[in-house]
Amino acid sequence: MGSASILPKVRLQEFLEEDPALTRLIYEYLVWATVWLIFGTLVGLLVSIKLSVPDFLPYEWLSFGRLRQIHTNTVFWGFLSPAMVALALYVVPRTSRARLHSFTLARIALWLWNFVVAAGAVTLALGYSNGNQEFREYIWPLAIPFASGLLLHVYNFYQTIAARRIREIYISNWYILAAALWTAVLYTIGYLPWWQYNLGQTVIQGYFMHMGVGMWFTPFVVGLTYYFLPKFLNRPIYSYALGVLGFWTQMIFYSLIGTHHYIYSPVAWWLQTTAIVFSVGMLVPVWAGTGNFLLTMSGKWDTIRRSYSLPFIVVGVIFYGLASTQGTIESFRSANVLWHFTNFTVGHAHAAMYGFVAFLVWGGIYGLLPRLTHREPSIWAVGVHFWFALLGLLIMLFALSVGGTVQGLSWIAKQPFIDSVVKMAPYWLWRSVGGLLMVASHFVFAYNVWRMRPVGVPRDAAARVTAEVAA
Amino acid sequence: MKFDFHRNHFLLYNTAFWGFLVLSLIIAVGPAFRAMQTPPTPGLVELTPEEQRGRDVYVREGCSYCHSQQVRPLEMDLPYGRPSAAGDFVYATPQLLGTQRTGPDLANIGNRQPDETWHLLHFYNPRIVVPESVMPAFPWLFHVKDREEPGDIVVPVPEPYKPAGKVVVATRDVLSLVAYMQALRQPKLDLKALGMAEATPSGSPAAEAASSATDEAALGAQVYANNCARCHQANGQGLAGIAPSLVGDPVVTAADPTEHIRIVLEGLSGRRIGGQEYPGRMPAFADVLTDAEIAAVINHERSSWGNNAPKVTVEDVRRVRGQ
Repeated sequence: MGSASILPKVRLQEFLEEDPALTRLIYEYLVWATVWLIFGTLVGLLVSIKLSVPDFLPYEWLSFGRLRQIHTNTVFWGFLSPAMVALALYVVPRTSRARLHSFTLARIALWLWNFVVAAGAVTLALGYSNGNQEFREYIWPLAIPFASGLLLHVYNFYQTIAARRIREIYISNWYILAAALWTAVLYTIGYLPWWQYNLGQTVIQGYFMHMGVGMWFTPFVVGLTYYFLPKFLNRPIYSYALGVLGFWTQMIFYSLIGTHHYIYSPVAWWLQTTAIVFSVGMLVPVWAGTGNFLLTMSGKWDTIRRSYSLPFIVVGVIFYGLASTQGTIESFRSANVLWHFTNFTVGHAHAAMYGFVAFLVWGGIYGLLPRLTHREPSIWAVGVHFWFALLGLLIMLFALSVGGTVQGLSWIAKQPFIDSVVKMAPYWLWRSVGGLLMVASHFVFAYNVWRMRPVGVPRDAAARVTAEVAA
Repeated sequence: MKFDFHRNHFLLYNTAFWGFLVLSLIIAVGPAFRAMQTPPTPGLVELTPEEQRGRDVYVREGCSYCHSQQVRPLEMDLPYGRPSAAGDFVYATPQLLGTQRTGPDLANIGNRQPDETWHLLHFYNPRIVVPESVMPAFPWLFHVKDREEPGDIVVPVPEPYKPAGKVVVATRDVLSLVAYMQALRQPKLDLKALGMAEATPSGSPAAEAASSATDEAALGAQVYANNCARCHQANGQGLAGIAPSLVGDPVVTAADPTEHIRIVLEGLSGRRIGGQEYPGRMPAFADVLTDAEIAAVINHERSSWGNNAPKVTVEDVRRVRGQ
């Protein structure tokens, strides 16, 4: 396509001969994840526009306060969670040299989650919220099917790993199944409705909203990357021991830092200080993981440039290190004075969930799915997805980080509050521009998913065998 | 089974599960139970059923995604009230401390903005009273009717927001919500009773900041913008039926400032001004602002928008406060 400076991306050399039933199951997960990605981020874009044009679509079920909850919950539980599970449905059996324990359970879990995300969007739009407690806004009756789906995954993955035909449990499976177990604990503590009151609920809220990210998305997607990065690079992970170190420090350090979302609040001071101390401790698993991945990539830059999936993983790994380190810095009291309550924290959330988790998920999908379905996407369309998503994210981060700093400085200078609102106007506009690019990239991603659909993959393994015999 | 995490899946996953569970009990569940045993701040009142109903509307509309309800012990939080104490939240479930301040903190909004009509206009469309606001309008909390019926609470929506030929009537939802706003009042902390040194307004960080502000005019403009402009508006013109215009007002332009100072210190309600009824209530600022801040804001009002009245001193404010 013209310019010689653009390295040609290499088409796949190898295809996997996998169980077609598994391929179809994974594809089903990814289709639904894509549907919720597009819905969830369109809602996000609308929320963002409303900060610039507050009287745009002034309808009850399209109001800022309700849509914001739909945005965050849909991308968390509708897009990222099933997308990660989809990849794990391949990684866990593969690294265990075993068949997935139950396809039926996995399919039931998918539909439980789809039901929860759809019903959650409707109930939140109607104004039924679990007390505006961030990321656990779905009303508690919906928490039951969600937790059931999660427990089905726990059971399914555990049985698969238990039936493994190699002695060692591969490091990916440490992270993936532990993430599901941890989240089961977290979800139960966070959702049991009858025991949390007043400031006690604030303590649990800090715990839930931090651990929802730190004990679910982070370890899960890091576990996936411990498989996909060496696989796509065709070289072993730099250090297996660093992965093990990261695992245990993840469990111990991440667990203790929830209250860093309530610095200077009336929540117990010792709890705040503990959270700050272990936010520094958190750098151990973060940099064990990031460093391990970067060292695995080292010297393979040419392979990465010629791949259409690995660039996503590179971006994800870099954002893993940067966004987490940013989180540590934000927890310091001195920095918290400037940035707490500002839009800087919204930028941080997008750096983590989008730059880190979503990019790693996309890297996994673009690497795995064509190998399973034997159908590759248009390399140009993958490029458009990559650059729109990355550029959109960078614009958004720049706008929210600079804008948030301006907001904080305005408050510190004791200017009238409304000044901080007026000053944000250009930054909110740019955030919407970034958001528009991101949403556009998701439509291209959806097209790519469609291009990678399993056409001609037999319904089941028996059919393939029959076909081969017939041939 | 060997004690080997790499080969013993039962051991590995049980360690992870129980490890996280125990850590969760230590860092979250235990401290939460402890926090729930906090006694209420003396003087803290439980919400009435109507106010609680308003709190439910607050949750339904997701207000806490932009408004915090916690005042930090930081100088920049002083406009919102005194630093929040753990005992302030005893009756507040679900907790609504919030993590964003796209809009101002509401922990003490009932003291800072008690006027019902102001709130009704603000919920109907925030831009009626704060032109730069980006808060959503909540038209679904109002009925738009052809004519007023007995028992209706009509909201005095001005042009151009008023639907032509119609009247805007408050629903029970918005009235409950306003009742909740008015109920968000921080109880006063009796520091002496708590065995702590009493911080008088003149010893507060605000006072220090005020004395360090060399430019009294800038301080006056700032205090006005933070505390007065919501109702009296940035141009001093006020809002019909909510707050009178300060431009050329006899009290604001009087040679003797005593009455002006007293109104700022003690607030005002139920007075007819310039032939217009003002049923609402202006809050008292005696406990909110220092003498230096009150002098500065009064001088701002006496010298802006064409007003040209004699200035007051901090001594004048102190004298009226002492009366």
